[in-house]
Amino acid sequence: MKIAVLLKRVPDTETRIKLAGTKIDETGVKFIANPYDEFAIEAGLQLKQKSGGEMVAISLGPDSVQETIRTALAMGADRGLHLKTDGQPYDTLSVAQALAAELKGYDLILLGKMAIDDYNHAMAPALAELLGLPCVSAVTALTIDGTKGTAEREVEGGLEVLSFSLPAVISTDKGLNKPRLPTLPGIMAAKKKPMESKPAALGAARVSVRALTLPPERPAGRIIGEGAAAVPELIRLLQTEAKVL
Amino acid sequence: MILAFAESRGTTLRKAAFEAVTAARELGDDVHAIIAGPSGIAAQASQLDASRVLVAEHPGFAQYNPEATAALVAERVKTGGYRAVFFVSTAQGRDLAPRVAAKLGAAFAPDVTSVATNGEEIVVTHPVYSGKAIATLVLTGTPAVIAARPSTFQPARTDSASPSVETIAPVGDPSASRVVVTALKIGGGGKLDVSEAAIVVSGGRGLKGPEHFNLVEDLAASFGNAAVGASRAVVDAGWRPHSDQVGQTGKVVSPDLYVAVGISGAIQHLAGMRTAKTIVAINRDKDAPIFKVADYGIVGDAFEIVPALAAAVREARRSG
Repeated sequence: MKIAVLLKRVPDTETRIKLAGTKIDETGVKFIANPYDEFAIEAGLQLKQKSGGEMVAISLGPDSVQETIRTALAMGADRGLHLKTDGQPYDTLSVAQALAAELKGYDLILLGKMAIDDYNHAMAPALAELLGLPCVSAVTALTIDGTKGTAEREVEGGLEVLSFSLPAVISTDKGLNKPRLPTLPGIMAAKKKPMESKPAALGAARVSVRALTLPPERPAGRIIGEGAAAVPELIRLLQTEAKVL
Repeated sequence: MILAFAESRGTTLRKAAFEAVTAARELGDDVHAIIAGPSGIAAQASQLDASRVLVAEHPGFAQYNPEATAALVAERVKTGGYRAVFFVSTAQGRDLAPRVAAKLGAAFAPDVTSVATNGEEIVVTHPVYSGKAIATLVLTGTPAVIAARPSTFQPARTDSASPSVETIAPVGDPSASRVVVTALKIGGGGKLDVSEAAIVVSGGRGLKGPEHFNLVEDLAASFGNAAVGASRAVVDAGWRPHSDQVGQTGKVVSPDLYVAVGISGAIQHLAGMRTAKTIVAINRDKDAPIFKVADYGIVGDAFEIVPALAAAVREARRSG
């Protein structure tokens, strides 16, 4: 089985956002592999262990994304592919076109259901459409048997069970698995694994960021009392001020 | 003309259907809606505040059918000359909208909180970094594909609309899709999702163990129709399912009322609930960061305060 895992390098979840024009100020920001992509890496490694084959870790962005690819190599991916751009492009479809150009011939393409920076939840279905493949997004369970697969995904108030045919694009949600940590021998081995770097063939962008702003501050918090004695006052405020009761 | 995708499950329209119509109205008065469902769904059309409702009935639409629905909507957008098509960023909308956008080669923006036009451009806002910043995005070209953030646009439900209802044929054979939903398992008692609820009561590590979540559940029940949420710490500890998690690696919610019980308020949690209209926090530690965003904070023992609050809410609702 030939598996591709797509990775995005994103700021850590504990990052305090400072703005620099239409981007964030990256000074002092710690970058990590997008947490949802780690479930994709783990899912790919488990399938490779079961069925054999090759797993390629792919990331699009500036040179710094090679560090993210190395993480996947340390976890067990066989080789890396870096699609080089100047910065991190925003437009999903433009990026999807660059990725799709490199994704021919895979049995399974795995990626996180969304990136925790742009919150777009869009790459998997967009890629699947460009590649003419079926897609199941945000899966919390995944079984592959030959060219057939089954998956589960959360929907509002329930769970969908789906069957699909391979090749396919699958995006992963938390709950699918517990991603392994890179081991020291894995990290050493990763340094010797092949990594190809080539320019990304981005599509035309139709979406651009005009401004990035901080959300309006909430009014300063207010402590209205201590213990159960404060409950009547809370009820009064919920009724008369917040008007939610 | 603007098209709104009216999300359905079985023969029932979802709340998202009405929100999509409202969001579409921000761009123009002439809004059409499109429904894909099994036989009988057409009877729902008159609830939609749209001038025309396009309905495709087919047994292949009895469950969510990603490929056939995307093909149907994209085809209609193309042939109908629509300026834009609106979805809502639900589980279904998140799966469908990018596929439709890719089919059309269209500008795409998900999870938008506002929509406006500026000459030929469509300008939307979209929370990024889980709401720690707001991006203003410009969409160029026609059509545009836009998905509204859930629970952001007031659902436009009506008894008096009289849209013209037009039956349309599916594109291709919906029974021949490569992705098939074989079952839909509804959570216990049609459980309300945190992303859809007007009131969310969430619990954190301050509850000391999964067995004490009954306190939070009872408080949620006291409000009538509230959903139960959870912090990342208790989801990672296995006390609650991930579907309940509120925060940057869980769900972003913006209910009318958010009650945080025993949640300290890590940045990643605040990112998931800071747009709630009213925030109540109950925590033992008066210095917990959650109190910095709480409109009403009570310092103290959740085991004492929560039952008292549940009783008082029940009393207030009985007499109110």
